[in-house]
Amino acid sequence: MNAAPHLLPSVRWHPAEYALWLVPIACFFLFPGYRVLGSQVFITALFALSLDLVLGYAGILTLGHAAFFGLGAYTAGLLAAHGWGEPLSGLAAAAALAALAGYLVSFLVVRGEDLARLMVTLGIGFLFYEAANRAAGLTGGVDGLPGIAMGKVLGVFSFDLAGDTAYVYSLAVLFVVFVLARRLVASPFGLSLRGIRENRARMPAIGAPVRRRLVAAFTIGAGVAGLAGALLAQTTQFVGLDSLGFGRSADVMIMLVLGGTGRLYGALLGTALFMLAQDYLAGINPVYWQFWLGLLLVAFVFFARGGILGAAETLRRRFSRP
Amino acid sequence: MIGVLFDGLAYGSLLFLVSLGLSVQMGLMNFVNLAHGAFAMAGGFVCVVAMSRFGVPFLATLPLAFVATAAAGAILERLLYRRLYGASHLDQVLFSIGLTFMSIAAATWIFGASQQPVRLPAFLRGQVHLAGADFGVYRIFLLAVVAALAAALALLLGRTRFGAQVRAAVDDARAARGLGIDVDRVFTTAFALGSGLAGLGGGLGIDVLGLDSAFPLKFMVYFLLVVVVGGAGTLLGPLLAAMILGICDVAGKYYVPELGAFVIYAVMVVLLLAFPAGLLGRRT
Amino acid sequence: MSNALRTEQLTRRFGALEAVCDVSLALPRGARHALIGPNGAGKTTLINLLTGALPPTSGDVYLGDERITHLRQHPRVKRGLTRTFQINTLFGGLTVLESVLLAILEREGRAAEWRRPVARYAEDVEEAMDLLATLRLADDADRRTATLPYGRQRLVEIALALATRPRILLLDEPAAGIPAAESGEVFGAIADLPPSVTVLFIEHDMGLVFRFAQRITVLAGGRILAEGEPEEIRRDERVRAVYLGREDG
Repeated sequence: MNAAPHLLPSVRWHPAEYALWLVPIACFFLFPGYRVLGSQVFITALFALSLDLVLGYAGILTLGHAAFFGLGAYTAGLLAAHGWGEPLSGLAAAAALAALAGYLVSFLVVRGEDLARLMVTLGIGFLFYEAANRAAGLTGGVDGLPGIAMGKVLGVFSFDLAGDTAYVYSLAVLFVVFVLARRLVASPFGLSLRGIRENRARMPAIGAPVRRRLVAAFTIGAGVAGLAGALLAQTTQFVGLDSLGFGRSADVMIMLVLGGTGRLYGALLGTALFMLAQDYLAGINPVYWQFWLGLLLVAFVFFARGGILGAAETLRRRFSRP
Repeated sequence: MIGVLFDGLAYGSLLFLVSLGLSVQMGLMNFVNLAHGAFAMAGGFVCVVAMSRFGVPFLATLPLAFVATAAAGAILERLLYRRLYGASHLDQVLFSIGLTFMSIAAATWIFGASQQPVRLPAFLRGQVHLAGADFGVYRIFLLAVVAALAAALALLLGRTRFGAQVRAAVDDARAARGLGIDVDRVFTTAFALGSGLAGLGGGLGIDVLGLDSAFPLKFMVYFLLVVVVGGAGTLLGPLLAAMILGICDVAGKYYVPELGAFVIYAVMVVLLLAFPAGLLGRRT
Repeated sequence: MSNALRTEQLTRRFGALEAVCDVSLALPRGARHALIGPNGAGKTTLINLLTGALPPTSGDVYLGDERITHLRQHPRVKRGLTRTFQINTLFGGLTVLESVLLAILEREGRAAEWRRPVARYAEDVEEAMDLLATLRLADDADRRTATLPYGRQRLVEIALALATRPRILLLDEPAAGIPAAESGEVFGAIADLPPSVTVLFIEHDMGLVFRFAQRITVLAGGRILAEGEPEEIRRDERVRAVYLGREDG
């Protein structure tokens, strides 16, 4: 029975994946004026990736994921504003704190009914937002956190206005986390998350401790979100309340869904397309952007569930099976 | 203290009025409708347009708001919402967020982003002095209107055939269908009624809650909160929850302003943990 | 010697409805025990009580000497008590192999590991493939469960339960929805179970019941109406009355 492992998803990288990861590298040289936007895309893609673990793989519908993103951002920002400007350790601290917060919140989230769970995540999001708002002495409130001064990455690369360091830095972090995430979802843990998502009722019947798994998934998702937030704080040297707001939670969910949940690459693709479109269209007229985005969502729900990658897979299946 | 309590009740009664429709949707059709606030906003804007463009007196615009949003609700339910009753909550969330975005964009484009003014009739302005405290006349009016509506609705639910059909469908839609109840028509009517009430609430609330194009997102949490904490599908649950939340919010902002709306969210999380199905919700 | 599975006055009420009332059942090790009764008699509710999916209103459940009345589902599975569902409750988006492999990994306590990809767990994969082979599912290994016809899905349902290496297996209408020609495979797998495994199965097909059961318990209105060996039950007047002369198979 040696044929079996070939029936399971391969962990080896598909040539198309190599090609895909060459694109941002190429863009660095091809579009030098867009490096700042580029780093923003990578950061948001990392955030979307974290949501994919929670929503796409574990199946936890959350409307408050930005709470962890913002927590990471403020943590890294505050560290830097108070003299600790070393980037990598700032990232680590932010991710750890966000993961801890995620761990604590997860107990509220994994129990309870569908609707109550959704509301708890929404409430947590607003709670964090209000907390940051009220603690203006600490966070800068509506004006944002001032005075973030970053040291050099690895002691060599300093953050410049052109965004070169930021671009490479955030791309590198995204890549590393992506590789780890890819491993995670291919592992038994990832399989059990998919099992929970596919049929939660069946899992205890095969001996799976569902709540424990969901707590783990949520914690990891929170930690990665915090990492993304920290990247934002470090690369833009600014943290505002909008890093925690419902708008950010909703936007990232839209990006993930449009790209396709539960596929990791959906998070990347959806983010890239959304942010590039937004940069172009919202610049023309933000009201138009909001309206057409709303319309797209409505149309999407009726015609294109599964997102871009979902549609691609449906097509592939239709053409590959005889 | 009484003043705070009173203000909280008035605020809560507005929340209740708007949230009732959402309670029906979440309890009856198991639909997460984040766009419900948009119906309230629409009702508010109907009042504003009727007052400013057509000179209709404020009180007369209220029934207009009710009818207009009820009609809009019925149409949208028939065309769109109905198709998503069995869909996943994620799909419903995405759909309703999409609708919300569209409504906000439309409102911003037509009316701009600023607060809308309202001209209250003279006899509703000012304050009344009772038992050593000052009470806003408009807030008394609010409480009276909502109390009357709540009583009327309780009668509707409890004494009419339609009400019985709604209760049956909430309990078990399939069984209700089996009994010959036209569940589809019940859904549409209930949805329209809920939307109409929301629109009415939006109009009534211009003075208390304010009205701008960001209204749906600003207040979305509160409406959802009231329904989920109170228990979807019930009348009394959201009433209770709305009052509690209204009082907590006003009291919080009054006594501990440093915490602001933090109180309301913290209370919500606590209540949800203690009562996962809502204060008066029923679950197996 | 204690029984493998035992209940004492197990009762479950839903408001005024007594779904299961005062059920006392004892299954010795290796038993092949059938649970029959008209629709709504409380059979599935009883299974839910036994597996921990539903807490009882009163009464107790014993696994060997251990009182497990308030133990949740997954610890019971870890102690060897597994069930199948009357309606296929499967992982639609997972392939057949993935589903069975997941059950095996859970059993072995390896499902929380995240460092190695699933494909590298060679022993477990091999065990999964062997199990699929015994149920003639090997060819469907890489197909998504949702794409399989109902009968083959039913086999996956059984496979999931077998993958947990149960000591006590509760089967809720295993042949339901399968055309008679294919039910042979299902019951073949059950018949092939080691004699030490205790089996309790709900079935409506009387032919299958009389073929595989050593003892039969008849449930009606939530209470035990009769219990005994197949021939006794077949002749029991009360049982006949409850079934209104219905004879299958």
